[in-house]
Amino acid sequence: MELVSRPHVENFIQWAKDKPEVVVLSADLTNSCEVGQWRDTYPDRFFSMGMAEQNMMGVAAGMAREGLVPFIHTFAVFIYRRAYDQLAMSIAYPNLKVRFFGFLPGIVTPGGVTHQAIEDVAVMRAVPNMTVLETGDATEVETVLDAAHAVDGPCYVRFLRGEMPRLFPKSEPFEVGKARVLSTGSDVAILTAGITTEEAMRASSYLAAEGIGVRHLHVSTHKPFDDPQVLAALRECTAGVVTLENHLTTGGLGTAVSEMMTDNGIGKRLIRLGLNDTYAHGASLPYLLDEYDLDAKALVAAVGTLVGRELNVSDADIDAVRGEGAADSKAEAL
Amino acid sequence: MASNPQANDDWLARAERMAERMRVRGFDYVMRNGGGYLSQICSSAEIFSYLYLRGLHIGPSEAPMVPEPFAGNPGQANPDYENGGLYNGPRTADFDRFYFSPAHYALVLYVALIEAGRLGEEALEAFNTDGSKVELIGAEHSPGVESTTGSLGQALSQAIGVAMARRHKGESGNTWVMMSDGEFQEGQTWEAIQCASHYGLGNLAAIVDVNAQQCDGPMETVMTIEPLAQRIRAFGGEAVEIDGHDMAAMDNAYRNRAADRPLFILARTDPTRGVPLMNERKVLHYLRFSSEEEKARYAREFETMKAESQAWNS
Repeated sequence: MELVSRPHVENFIQWAKDKPEVVVLSADLTNSCEVGQWRDTYPDRFFSMGMAEQNMMGVAAGMAREGLVPFIHTFAVFIYRRAYDQLAMSIAYPNLKVRFFGFLPGIVTPGGVTHQAIEDVAVMRAVPNMTVLETGDATEVETVLDAAHAVDGPCYVRFLRGEMPRLFPKSEPFEVGKARVLSTGSDVAILTAGITTEEAMRASSYLAAEGIGVRHLHVSTHKPFDDPQVLAALRECTAGVVTLENHLTTGGLGTAVSEMMTDNGIGKRLIRLGLNDTYAHGASLPYLLDEYDLDAKALVAAVGTLVGRELNVSDADIDAVRGEGAADSKAEAL
Repeated sequence: MASNPQANDDWLARAERMAERMRVRGFDYVMRNGGGYLSQICSSAEIFSYLYLRGLHIGPSEAPMVPEPFAGNPGQANPDYENGGLYNGPRTADFDRFYFSPAHYALVLYVALIEAGRLGEEALEAFNTDGSKVELIGAEHSPGVESTTGSLGQALSQAIGVAMARRHKGESGNTWVMMSDGEFQEGQTWEAIQCASHYGLGNLAAIVDVNAQQCDGPMETVMTIEPLAQRIRAFGGEAVEIDGHDMAAMDNAYRNRAADRPLFILARTDPTRGVPLMNERKVLHYLRFSSEEEKARYAREFETMKAESQAWNS
């Protein structure tokens, strides 16, 4: 598996070259959100807002009313926690074209509870007019720009930075509302988003070797959540559904799936893996994935529960049947 | 009215009559509504009169004299949404933008639009009635309302974004914000002044109704913001304190503003002006009658104001 380092840096500069309406707002996290070089390339389109996120939301709204398209770059927590009323009333209510690039989704950062956005999908999904996207690899980080730019309204993107895998070919860009079907079995549906897709892919060889037909879908659009491929997977997989999300199990992917099942009268078991009504803490990603049952082992065990088999495996068991030795992404640093 | 070299100018005489008529019309609708935001009309009539007759450089209204019924909120599913800012004319490069921050002053804005010829007086028949855009507090579908500001302290930041974008685009028009003093209790307001100062926004002017009243009562008993002018200056803004019923002073402050920093005109106002009966009350934010007897006294006060105004205007 290819590992890519900081794909956003150069890609965003190239992408914005012929888009004079695109401006960047940063709240003192410019290099941390990989737009330092962007600032130096387009100094007249970069606006430093300082550590003042509430004001930044209003400024973005005002700029959008005058035809600019602000791309806010900051840590996700400071978008939806610190400035919620402003993003809801100044930006989302009037359906303004502002893009929120929220960095450090879930537990990817050792920065601890203050920096870990664990309920952002829940909050943003609840905001009328908001489109909610999530990136899961380098290709999505690169191609979500076009997808977000085409949204006629506010758009929140859970964004990755630093070193990340390329799971999907560059020829298959981000498409709003369309999941990626990674396997086509019909025993158990597995739905993942963001970094949990890579983790779930670690388990796919093992599950295949166990003879379990998995339908694995990578979800990159949390809202709108109406993909017929997802609905088909929920309907067709006989043993049930597992969701694995880098987020609370409240309000995120697992909840969206349960809503879709309820709305469509799909009565089967759903196991939601994610942070279960808890904050996390500062530690490495592999450590936290293991601690909170967000890793491949936990996924295998959940699938086992659905098919009525006890699949208590170790990381070594899983890695032993993995085709290629994919190196895990480098742990995040602040 | 304070004496001033411009006091005999035509605009000022017209603006003074307009403010008087605004109080009468506003008081009338507060009585019809069985209560309402009366002190805000008393305090800010001159501010709105000044803005619409003199301060704002705006074109003719582009909206109907009587608004259509409420037709949904902004969103992708509602492409025909019409913004209340259409009452403030076209958004061209040279015209000013007007952001109205304390949304509970909506009735003051509506009566200002009527007196300025931008809204039909019959439009107020729908005030605070179900299905109407002429709402009690309102949002950006309401006449004259460019952005949704009922959550206080948000318009200044939006106006800063507008002013920054317009400077970025090389536009000559200014951006105005009408604010209430209570909004200076919000942290966001100070983030905003810090930002407008950092970016040297000489194309931004705020006029503040400093009536020293808020929902819980006199501001000095709730959370003091004074010394407001010094605080604004310390954050890098230009602050000019004036008698908030002296429109010539407003104009002087605006015409003589600094080019390199945002202007805050602190209009110190009397929230009982024209309705001395309100001096009996400790809390002025929203006039709610406690008895039929009290309502009758306000009704008599209104008849007195109306008669005086008619005598003055005839």
